[in-house]
Amino acid sequence: MKTKVRNFHQAKWDEPIIFELSTKGERGIIMPDVEHEIEEEVGDGISKIPGNMIRKQVPNLPELSQMRVLKHYLRLSQENLGADLNVDIGQGTCTMKYSPKINDRLANSPKLTELHPSQDGSTVQGILEILYKTDLFLREISGLDKFTFQPGGGSQAILAMASLIQAYHDFNEECDKKDEIITTIFSHPSDAAAPAVKGYKIITIYPNEDGLPDIEALKEAVSGHTAGLLITNPEDTGIFNPKIAEFTRIIHEAGGLCGYDQANANGILGITRSKEAGFDICFFNLHKTFSSPHGCGGPATGALGVTGELVKFMPVPLVEFDGEKYYLNYDVSHSIGKVRSYYGVTAAVLKAYSWIMSLGSEGLKEVSRAAVLNNNYLLKKVLELRGVSAPYAKGRHRIEQVRYSWEKLTEDTGVTTEDITNRMVDFGFHMWSSHHPFIVPQPMTLEPTESYSKAEIDEYIAGLKKVVEEAYENPDIVKSAPHNSVVHKIDTSSLDDPSKWAVTWRAYLKKSKK
Amino acid sequence: MIKKKNMVHPYIPNSVPEVQAKMIKEIGVKDIEELYEDIPESLRFKGVMNLPQPLSSEYALKRHVEQILSKNRTCREYINFLGGGCWQHYVPAICDEINQRSEFLTAYAGEPYEDHGRFQALFEYASMMGELLDMDVVNVPTYDWGQAASTSIRMAARITDRNEILMPNVISPDRLLIINNYCMDVLEIDLINNDTKTGKIDINDLRNKISSKTAGIYFENPSYFGIIEDQGKIISEIAHQHGALSIIGADPVSLGILVPPADYGADIVCGDIQALGIHMQYGGGHAGFIATRDEERFVAEYPSRLFGITHTEVEGEYGFGDVMYDRTSFGSREQGKEFIGTATALWGITAGVYLALLGPQGIQKLGQTIMQKSQYAMKKIAEIEGIKILFLQSAHFKEFVVDFNDTGKTVEDVNKALLEKGIFGGKDISDKFPGMGNCALFCVTEIHTKEDIDILVQALNECVN
Repeated sequence: MKTKVRNFHQAKWDEPIIFELSTKGERGIIMPDVEHEIEEEVGDGISKIPGNMIRKQVPNLPELSQMRVLKHYLRLSQENLGADLNVDIGQGTCTMKYSPKINDRLANSPKLTELHPSQDGSTVQGILEILYKTDLFLREISGLDKFTFQPGGGSQAILAMASLIQAYHDFNEECDKKDEIITTIFSHPSDAAAPAVKGYKIITIYPNEDGLPDIEALKEAVSGHTAGLLITNPEDTGIFNPKIAEFTRIIHEAGGLCGYDQANANGILGITRSKEAGFDICFFNLHKTFSSPHGCGGPATGALGVTGELVKFMPVPLVEFDGEKYYLNYDVSHSIGKVRSYYGVTAAVLKAYSWIMSLGSEGLKEVSRAAVLNNNYLLKKVLELRGVSAPYAKGRHRIEQVRYSWEKLTEDTGVTTEDITNRMVDFGFHMWSSHHPFIVPQPMTLEPTESYSKAEIDEYIAGLKKVVEEAYENPDIVKSAPHNSVVHKIDTSSLDDPSKWAVTWRAYLKKSKK
Repeated sequence: MIKKKNMVHPYIPNSVPEVQAKMIKEIGVKDIEELYEDIPESLRFKGVMNLPQPLSSEYALKRHVEQILSKNRTCREYINFLGGGCWQHYVPAICDEINQRSEFLTAYAGEPYEDHGRFQALFEYASMMGELLDMDVVNVPTYDWGQAASTSIRMAARITDRNEILMPNVISPDRLLIINNYCMDVLEIDLINNDTKTGKIDINDLRNKISSKTAGIYFENPSYFGIIEDQGKIISEIAHQHGALSIIGADPVSLGILVPPADYGADIVCGDIQALGIHMQYGGGHAGFIATRDEERFVAEYPSRLFGITHTEVEGEYGFGDVMYDRTSFGSREQGKEFIGTATALWGITAGVYLALLGPQGIQKLGQTIMQKSQYAMKKIAEIEGIKILFLQSAHFKEFVVDFNDTGKTVEDVNKALLEKGIFGGKDISDKFPGMGNCALFCVTEIHTKEDIDILVQALNECVN
């Protein structure tokens, strides 16, 4: 079958804001009531509250019947393009792979959902076993010695890495001196931002002409102040840094620790590991490489691993096994404390466990091999389009993703990355630019993962090709896009204006009255 | 026997040999290995990952995971009185229906066009929380209450340009660990005593400790012990007199009946939304909210995404976008406010569904039901010989401390005996609040029937007498 671009239109319900649907007196659910006997015994319950603490006016929530609430949210869901519905290769760095439905079903079992985190250990052996065994799996995948699932996302895992680094230097009584963290501009923004929360000064390494973090710049940046390095590899460019072991050696010689941001490790499972590259800490996003769904932006897990030397600093509790039973270990001598409540997003861990169990060792490697194959196929095809380039490492292959540039197309036609993004929507695709700052001009970052067939990748390419043709022949249709999406060109001028912005409906009503 | 090695896994379409060969040819390499040319030999993993044999049939996988999960005993099988940071409430079916929709469950970071639904749902969530809280700005949710409190505190420090924080010594021990780690070496945290009789904040101690260096006072209402703090107005006034901010943690489920913190002086309000239609999931269901007034000095200090409503070029059509994006670390890396990343958006959408279902009457009635049921439980437990309810003279919401010191039994003993009777007793707080001896924090919500409570009371009686 010849690949064609779809004659697409996204669902458009023109659905009002929920407050506009309110009819006084309607209700969506009846919650459990109080028994008559209890009421007789204690009265109305409210009169016990000190007078100044009783709410006089009920909150102005909307009033809707149950089916209307359902319909409202179903319509909003249809106005949202999940990975299950599109060829979601346009959100590079985020590993938008297939999240198997069986794993969702398993995680929705009351045997997980109805567990309270403070239950007696004897009643939660099943979930503790899942947590412990997933730790064992990730040890194999990374070569490190112990994992925790407490961080509720990659950025919180980065905060935890910075906290571990701080605790380590504190233990060595060097905390005052070691006050700088080094990262790279093609690592995630949180690799710079989260350690700054801990009071670190941030030094950012820029790429050399090959697109790799400049090792000479690293050498210059390193000093007695260096507390650690937080870095991804491959970076957002998809180029693997072959000198990574030299990076970690340089940092270690300066007395620093090395943290590996493996939020996305989708191209290297079973191929290369944290351990061989000399990292002390790493984390994997279970909602990326390990298939837990992204949930519109969480719930999520940044699974955090360390070498044996650093276990004593980990957040509490750790999940352990004594040969007979699984248990929570709070006895961690120099623990940083906690970064998130309880033990993390357990559903994401269960989904990752199931995903790994479905694939095994060879399957995981095949995931990475397919992801890399797909990416390089996509690279080859994208570069055949007019006006696009893949800066750096010319002629080299990439790992799991590529950061492209539309600079030439913008010069030729005036059509920008943002315009292309908006036009791709008209064909049922999502396309993402890149993290700021745009070091690569007019960027686009694509990551096809292992989940999409050749036919689907071809379809995405056909979409890009169509938009490129339009850009050269009829740029206005691209610049005025989207035309077939849920809504039309958005007026963003109010979003930075305190007198106009509105983060809630009540704020909007107040401001639009004026 | 068919060679298993060549089986194409259902999650990896391009493992089909013919397709793979075609793609390899198209790229112009001899095999996939060649694509890894940039990874040097010395970094290659030469061993084998020691993972179990895969369960590639979906049925086998299901059997395996269900068999492990079957070892759990849940709060549906036992009567549960545990709270203390994670709470068992009723989850309406529609909450699960919506958050399991593929469109929401598998979306991530689309643009406000193709992901209009996500933006609108989260804007509506913030809007309904705004009504509950009587505040005009509410964030796209963060990880949990601990993170929300930590960020609220850091926001206060930036707004006032001060670095000392006061908070009561009665706070969730886990939350305190989170706050301490988040603020360590940057802020100083000093704890205020509680009145030993009422359990409320000791105003004199607060007056003694506050100074011109205090950035803010953080306290919770209801407190960790479930006590309704009725001195909020005085506390906020003391903070404001010293140029500090009033930061208040609140349980949103209580706000149908309790005055929202904004009305007694709160500048920043935070808390957890797990109670709003999200299953406990062994602590996996948390999400944190932060709310403020709509003033630039507050808005500018949020690290979170804030989704604003605006218009499109088509008359009458709403559109959405990020408010003040450049303040985030997405916009400005380490120059941004703290950091932002994937947190708990799906729980925000879910909590919105929950609030829309309950409506004003529902949330008020829910609060009242919890008050009545918890008061009934407190009354009946207090009648048991040897067992006391601490701070009984103060009003409580949902949670209360049961004192076992006069029974000669530890909380551990009591909970073990309860467990044998199919009951999860209160959270043992003896080791975290050692001054109080053998005490447990019990939680009663709308899900408890009179019979559940009576069974607990009888079991406690049998256990201590």
